Amino acid sequence: MISRREFLQASAAASAIAAASGLGPLGRAAAQQKLSQADILRFDPLGSLTIVHVTDIHAQLVPLYFREPEINLGVGDDRGRPPHLTGQQFRDYFKIASGSADDYALTYSDFQSLAKNYGRMGGMDRIATVIESIRAERGVNNVLLLDGGDTWQGSWTALKTNGQDMVDVMSALKVDAMTSHWEFTLGAERVKEIADKAPFAFLAQNIRSAEWQEPVFKARQTYERGGAKVAVIGQAFPRTPVSNPRWMIPDWEFGIREAELAKEVETARSEGADVVVLLSHNGFDVDRKLASRVKGIDVILTAHTHDAMPGVLRVGDSILIATGSHGKFVSRLDLDIRDKKVAGFRYKLIPIFSDAIKPDAAMQAMVKKIRAPFEKELGRELGRTESLLYRRGNFNGTYDDLICNAMLKERDAEISLSPGFRWGGTLLPGDPITFESLSNATAMSYPACYRMEMSGRQIAEILEDVADNIFHPDPYFQGGGDMVRVGGMGYSIDVSKPMNSRITGMALLKTGQPIDPARNYVVAGWASVNENVLGPPVWEVVSKHLADVKTVKLEPNTSVKVSGA
Amino acid sequence: MSQTANSRRDFLKTGSIAVLASILAPHMVLAEEADVKAALDKLYSGKTMAAGKIKLDLPQIAENGLVVPVGIDVESPMTDADYVKAVHIFADGNPLPNVISYRFTPDCGKASASARMRLAKTQNILAVAEMSNGQLFTAKQEVKVTIGGCGG
Repeated sequence: MISRREFLQASAAASAIAAASGLGPLGRAAAQQKLSQADILRFDPLGSLTIVHVTDIHAQLVPLYFREPEINLGVGDDRGRPPHLTGQQFRDYFKIASGSADDYALTYSDFQSLAKNYGRMGGMDRIATVIESIRAERGVNNVLLLDGGDTWQGSWTALKTNGQDMVDVMSALKVDAMTSHWEFTLGAERVKEIADKAPFAFLAQNIRSAEWQEPVFKARQTYERGGAKVAVIGQAFPRTPVSNPRWMIPDWEFGIREAELAKEVETARSEGADVVVLLSHNGFDVDRKLASRVKGIDVILTAHTHDAMPGVLRVGDSILIATGSHGKFVSRLDLDIRDKKVAGFRYKLIPIFSDAIKPDAAMQAMVKKIRAPFEKELGRELGRTESLLYRRGNFNGTYDDLICNAMLKERDAEISLSPGFRWGGTLLPGDPITFESLSNATAMSYPACYRMEMSGRQIAEILEDVADNIFHPDPYFQGGGDMVRVGGMGYSIDVSKPMNSRITGMALLKTGQPIDPARNYVVAGWASVNENVLGPPVWEVVSKHLADVKTVKLEPNTSVKVSGA
Repeated sequence: MSQTANSRRDFLKTGSIAVLASILAPHMVLAEEADVKAALDKLYSGKTMAAGKIKLDLPQIAENGLVVPVGIDVESPMTDADYVKAVHIFADGNPLPNVISYRFTPDCGKASASARMRLAKTQNILAVAEMSNGQLFTAKQEVKVTIGGCGG
């Protein structure tokens, strides 16, 4: 386990207060309930180059609630290390006061009451304000804006416009480069079409044509900013064809491609780069391992696993940054470049408190225009919730409980399966469940809710397979995401065991009967990666269920028993 | 995994090697490690094999179990006096374990090749190189074949 000192040494260079609270003076201001834009943006500048990172926005144009996970287990070398800390452990590690604005933004604790104090987070108009303010302070030619991907998917407007809404927004923000993952669920042709026309670079060193192993996208782009030559290498999500439908991108192969990446770094250096940045969608643990194996990368901007950390992690000479998701945060990294080397850096994870940051007028108008044709659909009230509805957590989330219950009822199934996606907002008790909230948790291009028979053995195989994608001790075997959610059944999981021995005690909740490997069960689920899956879109299934029950009140979910953590 | 465009083109240029890729039918009985051992015994009955010399280029995780790229590269001067005679690739979880056999001559210039194979499930891939002096070298790697789905 690394020490906090090692972790926060970046901030220590800044100021004592920054080192103590991670988010700088914000903690104190927040404790006094006086969040101001100036406090949020305050930064003691360093050097002449600033890198701004946004990632995993999941097409969230407007502010939302997003509760961070209560359970986020690390395995192998990552056990108990950041970002695999939650609640009190997270507060202890980063010296965050309980009940503070930082606590609200970064942990799950007391979410319901803190959400009422501190309000929604994110919103592209607020993000625009922050980025423009950094550009105004530093000078446009000294700021590089990079997007880690998962940008064009996650909302109804993104689905209906084939990602065009987000492409327009990110173009207006003057993003310099992006990499990607969920973008590929728009299909190969659409991604190519956007990448070819966009004003920003679409970078991915690790995608090859299946036939000739030739690069599909540009790997690297060099920018002159802050008097330095900055090489940015893109790394798309290496497991896209396994985690998402391969038939949507049939001619492309992915993978981590360490050796090719090392070559890109080398070429960038030999062509005179002062700084090498990896704009990555590997996931945090994969990037931590990669940083120890591929030398010469100064900064790794991590993504995919939706981790938010108010400090950097150093692996060798590499600086790793985790910017969170859903537009809740923007990362600012100032670099002092001397003699073609990073001589110093200063970092801040800027929380986007939507009530404290003034919306940028032009972006506000743009978002309004994008949403106008859909406003009526988005605002449609489907029901109300008396429970806190959220997504994140390794084993379950209450929003998924709702989806699983809806599939059991509406599809008349014994068991339901809902994928462990990490995107989708949070609703507070008493909130209306609008179609917008539901689509934030379900809007994607393969939403069919199937109903089919599976043997008990097949169900066990699925649970083991997904568990190994999350809890394999070698990060290069981890796919990110959380455990598939189950309805109608329970199980026990020992995360420390190897594949095919983690899952035990599978049983039907209704009867308590063990799941029989040889018997067939009627299973409903959605987001199958197979082609030609039949069934209504899952949002229709949940909408119908909500029309029936009107009010959602969920019992605590105790169907998954976890050990070995 | 690092298959480059070059290595595939080179493979197509070196036409003098024979490829015998096994074609799998569904529902066949899968091979066990014992089957791989039996196949090896048949070829090189009980001869000692050392790890090394042969580089096996495989993904850790197959993106598509139906077409998994596999490359081999054996260290050798490829002269009349010292060259690689053959390379065999075995998959211990497939119905027929002997997936590919390559035969080389000094004229090949180098002992490297790549192809695609079908893998029925997560399993070990074993490559054996036979040198002109009779020495045998091996390399082994597991390839994970996953159901897929989910993701952040």
